[in-house]
Amino acid sequence: MSELLTLFATVASGIGNTAANVAGLWPLASGFWPLPSGLWLHPAVILLLGGALLPLVPSRLKMSYLLLIPLLVFARTLALSKGVYGEVTFLNWTLTFGRVDGLSLVFGYIMAVACFIGTLYGAHVKRDAEHIAAWTYVAGSLGTIYAGDLLTVFLFWELMAFSSVFLIWFRGRNESLNAGYRYLLVHVAGGVALLAGIMMHVHATGSWAFNLFDVHHPTAATWLIMGGFILNAAVPPLHAWLPDAYGEGTFNGSVFLSAFTTKTAVYALCRGFAGMEILVALGVIMALYGVVYAVLENDSRRLLAYHIISQVGYMVAGVGLGTEMAINGACAHAFAHILYKGLLFMGCGAVLHMTGQSKFTELGGLYKKMPWTFVFTLIGGLSISAFPLFSGFVSKSMIVAAGYEEHKLWAAYLLMLASAGTFLHTGLKVPYFIWFGKNNCQPDTWKRAAEPPWNMMAAMAIASVLCIYIGCYTPYLYRMLPYPVVYEPYTSYHVSETLLILCFTGLGFFLLLKKLVPTATISVDLDWPYRMGGRAFLWLARKPVQAFDNVVGEIYRAGGLVPLMRSANVVDWFDRVVIDGVVDGFAGSFRRLGSRLRSTQRGALQENLALTFGAAAVLAVAFVIWF
Amino acid sequence: MKLVRFIDFFRDRLKLVIRGCYVVLALLVLIDALPFLVDKQHAHTSAEKFPFFWAAFGFLGCVLIILASKAFGKAGIMKREDYYDE
Repeated sequence: MSELLTLFATVASGIGNTAANVAGLWPLASGFWPLPSGLWLHPAVILLLGGALLPLVPSRLKMSYLLLIPLLVFARTLALSKGVYGEVTFLNWTLTFGRVDGLSLVFGYIMAVACFIGTLYGAHVKRDAEHIAAWTYVAGSLGTIYAGDLLTVFLFWELMAFSSVFLIWFRGRNESLNAGYRYLLVHVAGGVALLAGIMMHVHATGSWAFNLFDVHHPTAATWLIMGGFILNAAVPPLHAWLPDAYGEGTFNGSVFLSAFTTKTAVYALCRGFAGMEILVALGVIMALYGVVYAVLENDSRRLLAYHIISQVGYMVAGVGLGTEMAINGACAHAFAHILYKGLLFMGCGAVLHMTGQSKFTELGGLYKKMPWTFVFTLIGGLSISAFPLFSGFVSKSMIVAAGYEEHKLWAAYLLMLASAGTFLHTGLKVPYFIWFGKNNCQPDTWKRAAEPPWNMMAAMAIASVLCIYIGCYTPYLYRMLPYPVVYEPYTSYHVSETLLILCFTGLGFFLLLKKLVPTATISVDLDWPYRMGGRAFLWLARKPVQAFDNVVGEIYRAGGLVPLMRSANVVDWFDRVVIDGVVDGFAGSFRRLGSRLRSTQRGALQENLALTFGAAAVLAVAFVIWF
Repeated sequence: MKLVRFIDFFRDRLKLVIRGCYVVLALLVLIDALPFLVDKQHAHTSAEKFPFFWAAFGFLGCVLIILASKAFGKAGIMKREDYYDE
């Protein structure tokens, strides 16, 4: 126990320790932190502490507090200056909590922005636990981004999985409960692969440092680590958890989910696997895969989730290309994507929040009731489709251009094809079938539909402004990228090319509108094996195993029970006279202990699971450290 | 609700809006074909220098995506909503 306490103390001091943090990007922000010299405050600590204190905040101050904490985190990420901080030395290796360089700065910045927008969007939610789960999730993402060694990466990686699942469970539907368990199952499997890979890597190289792996001579360890990363990036065939879970999240939980898991994975891939050839092919497959499933999808949020797969495909392909321009493009696209995808999830989340519906076959014609939500969602749709003057235009094209430059023409053309598909669905299908099209609303849905509360509108407005700002003023984003940018998106050729593709895609959409009318169906994806596999296991447990159990019981009854009865009579005498006295005494004490334990055990399966996994994680770390 | 009136303004003149869109499409193709407006030096491959290339790419791509995906869905991927219910 005392060893565990020492571990906690060391980790805590590591997070807020060592190295001076002088002058940041923003002098105001760095001057803002009343830190004794020599302390380094990890942005994730603000979120974790802020979350822990949230239940103590009086309800009239809650809204301000909810906005204050993400603002502090944002200010803190702005104040970070390049360097290595928060190093903790154990026996013969080092945990690094704060590796701040160009790559981690840009990702940390956008995660903090997403945290603020997401919290503002759900600020009217009364249940503290939802905010705590979301902040812990963001803390996991920030912790991964600033981590300099693989063990720290793993710890925060798992923190993300175990906190984000609550954003699905809190929806409270039976489906969300099941989807949450499936989500956890998949992520635990990915985590195990990651940990195994890390252990093998450390064993082989002796180094815990998280840097570029040898992508030209990958070992089993490299593959396992990459497997863990690409599972979180939702690369097929490891992607089915994403639409499954994000379609079932709470209205604001999915806004968080859409930003952090996949983009943290993109960060990790940029860091560790830039130039890994196979990622180009995987990225292109992803980009098209999401598009195909989006045609079939009836649930607006699941459609958006499939388009996360599609968009992350561009980033993964960028990582695979691995040139400075491609990595810049992957970072820029992750940055832009977090904002516009958050915006799209906010728009559809607002419809869900106000009407209780997210399926196209239950919606339609809502522009009369929610016109501003429509405009914001449309801005998100135009941004993801890479219309000139919107954010996607300046980020996505960088990756495609890098593809052409590397003479991977097939990749570049297929990515162009995917962007036609993106506009088709997210820019046209989503707005059209929710706000226009045939009005499928039930009277109750129609009555409930209205613009969402002010904080949700404000969050959407901020994200919209940022999407347009990034698209119009390129230096804002380009200056933050890890490498110097030698790329100009606004050439006459590129603008003309993009407008032609998108407008003629629009023409195709309206000509084939009848084919695109959503139907009340679901599409089988690669979650089928484990959804049905689980059922096969249950059937096995129920039928053959049960039958076997019955047979054994019968044999036992015939062959064992009768002789047993005889001997039991003898024992009975001994028991009544001798043992009872002793046992009764014990039983009394056990009953008293039991009733005490019962009051601590409330049957909340999820909480118990989280506690168990938390304890297991701590034990695992302790084990790694001392043995 | 001024925004709703604004949207309704266009919905009431749908025919005109559609005609306007066709004009825009034609203009886009025209502009793209004029070398002093759009400098094709930036083209990545020689195929792109063909005047209708990206217009055709967008339109055919869209049609291909819709038809191929629908065929894929009809081939057994799309199921009733209660497919996973026990």
